[in-house]
Amino acid sequence: MSAIDQALNAARFIEDRTHEKYFDALMWSLREARDRSALEVPEWEELRDLASAIKEHTLSNLAQYLEEFEASATRNGSQVHWALDAHEHNQIVADILNRHGAKNLIKSKSMLTEECETRPFLENRGVSVTETDLGERIQQLDDEPPAHIVGPAFQKTPQDIANVFARAYGSDASNTDVVYLAHQMREHTRPLIEKADAGMTGANFAVAETGAVVTVTNEGNADLSGNVPKLRICSVGIEKIIPSNRDLAVFIRLLSRSSIGLPITQYTSHFRAPREGGEMHIILVDNGRSARLGMEKFWPSLKCIRCGACMNTCPVYRRSGGLSYGSTYMGPIGIIMMPTFGIRRYSELPFSSTLNGSCSNVCPVKIDIHEQIYAWRGVMDEKHQVKLAKKTAMAVAGEVLSHPELYRIATSATETSLKLLPRFAIYNDLNAWGKHRETPEPAKQTFHQWYKEHRQ
Amino acid sequence: MQIGLVIPCYLDVFYPEVGIATLELLERLGVSVDYPFDQTCCGQPMANSGCESDSRATEEHFIRLFSRFEYIVIPSGSCTHHVRNKFVAAPPSAERDHVSQHVFDLVEFLHDVLKVKEFPWGEFPHKVALHNSCSAIRGINMASMSERVHDAEFNKPKALLQAVKGIEFVEFARHDECCGFGGTFSATEEAVSAKMGYDKLGFIEASHPEYIVSSDMSCLMHLQGCARRLGTEVKFRHLAQILNGDRQ
Repeated sequence: MSAIDQALNAARFIEDRTHEKYFDALMWSLREARDRSALEVPEWEELRDLASAIKEHTLSNLAQYLEEFEASATRNGSQVHWALDAHEHNQIVADILNRHGAKNLIKSKSMLTEECETRPFLENRGVSVTETDLGERIQQLDDEPPAHIVGPAFQKTPQDIANVFARAYGSDASNTDVVYLAHQMREHTRPLIEKADAGMTGANFAVAETGAVVTVTNEGNADLSGNVPKLRICSVGIEKIIPSNRDLAVFIRLLSRSSIGLPITQYTSHFRAPREGGEMHIILVDNGRSARLGMEKFWPSLKCIRCGACMNTCPVYRRSGGLSYGSTYMGPIGIIMMPTFGIRRYSELPFSSTLNGSCSNVCPVKIDIHEQIYAWRGVMDEKHQVKLAKKTAMAVAGEVLSHPELYRIATSATETSLKLLPRFAIYNDLNAWGKHRETPEPAKQTFHQWYKEHRQ
Repeated sequence: MQIGLVIPCYLDVFYPEVGIATLELLERLGVSVDYPFDQTCCGQPMANSGCESDSRATEEHFIRLFSRFEYIVIPSGSCTHHVRNKFVAAPPSAERDHVSQHVFDLVEFLHDVLKVKEFPWGEFPHKVALHNSCSAIRGINMASMSERVHDAEFNKPKALLQAVKGIEFVEFARHDECCGFGGTFSATEEAVSAKMGYDKLGFIEASHPEYIVSSDMSCLMHLQGCARRLGTEVKFRHLAQILNGDRQ
């Protein structure tokens, strides 16, 4: 499978000025909201330290907490399943639905089910799946994956959404009023919710002490998916476990502030037990997480609470669009997670960063994201995944820059040098650099030559 | 006091005047400057691209030339960040550690070591937009970071420039957002890189400065490339040139 060419996808996104500008402004407004919100909490940095420590502790004792969760949840009357990978997860969901003859599934947004490609799996088996969250539903109707882990349709303008709804629901394409659009969604989705046989959600947290699965949402659709049908399925990545409700309090304070700059979301729901006469299934999914936990450099990405703050602040993500990464998780956190899902396919992602470090600073659980991006570049070289042209240029640069006499020839203003010079100065021929900018002109005399003439 | 001066490869080739200004400034301040003539580069371009093995010989060469100095001064936050925090391509040695622990950006050396409070020869009666590089801000902590909203604000390059007569600073939006240079990123991801550059330039130009100033010329090389393509009038200077007394 060939590598995702994020740079090319991003270049295409930038060519369409309207969307790039809209997306950048929207994302930056979330970063600003996050800053204002963090400023209101004097102990903000302390909370980040605490959150990081709780995650580190939990991940270090993951087996124990997972078993505690299983015991608590089972005591509450839930049925706990273990899935090694995406396929196992999807099969478990299909089997549960099958047993109940459930054909209509409603679902709230879950990045894990995106990761497992659960929707197409079920649809191929005759299950009708309806996303109930606004953003995710828009993307479903438009047959696109999420462009952002918090707001799947952030990349779409109101006009785009009006067009999607006009196509799907026959609504007025010229009406871009957000209230009107939200009503279209509600009118067309509510009936599907009412007649659903089963509901599915992801989880923001799974509390070992209580056996509850916790969702943090604004629209409340997780509550509809979780409470309306008698059959409820929750998919939980194993890294979502936290020890207790005391720990949860720390994360709740950080999550929506980091994400959208609000102190709390509309709904923080604890799904603790099946409703009367119903069933509640919790699927604990590994899908590569245990393997990542064993990676000395890269386990910290498992601390992620999916707030999206690193994406909102990332200047590359904001100008590339979320779809450019061609992956379930995108932006800085995606760059450091995705290579564990396929080293070749995601080999270019670590280079889609300027290593500016803003992502690490906003991360509520203090993942050293930009340091991990840097480390992944090294891995790509070790695994021979650096593009040949770049690798060759680096080898040449390494040769020239370690030999003063070669360096001198390369930098002296001669015919030879002009061929060699750009290779180490800006890594390749300056064509790419000069496409959108003027290239710098070598000075008539280098500093070396000046020094020799004036000081030696 | 004797120091070892590093003039980064891109300054050597594209901006020798910045190297000269740095050398002259240090000498004005009574520092004895040794410029090891065989120097080339710190190895960052290769290491930054993941190709650590290709930067090994260059880093070893750097260590050979500079491990004898008590102070190693570079007029570049980006190279300083590499030598201080990412200098691991060469095998561990006392010399390697010494180099990493004794390297200073020019701003740090003036602000923290020499504690220079005035530049009597300096005068720059112009409106200036100061751009600090991400390496300077988040790599080696030369200024407070906008994401860390509770930290006390500080800005070492600005503190130095404020001592120059006549200088006037203009503020601009998203002041510490990355300019998009990013080393090899500027070539491998040229579309995003250039877009970031034009956006940065747009935010800065909205405050109508005559000069864009930085202690990292690599950011300016990129922004200058964008400005030239646009045909805008704004001028670019390295901090060392202003501290050394350039009037324009």
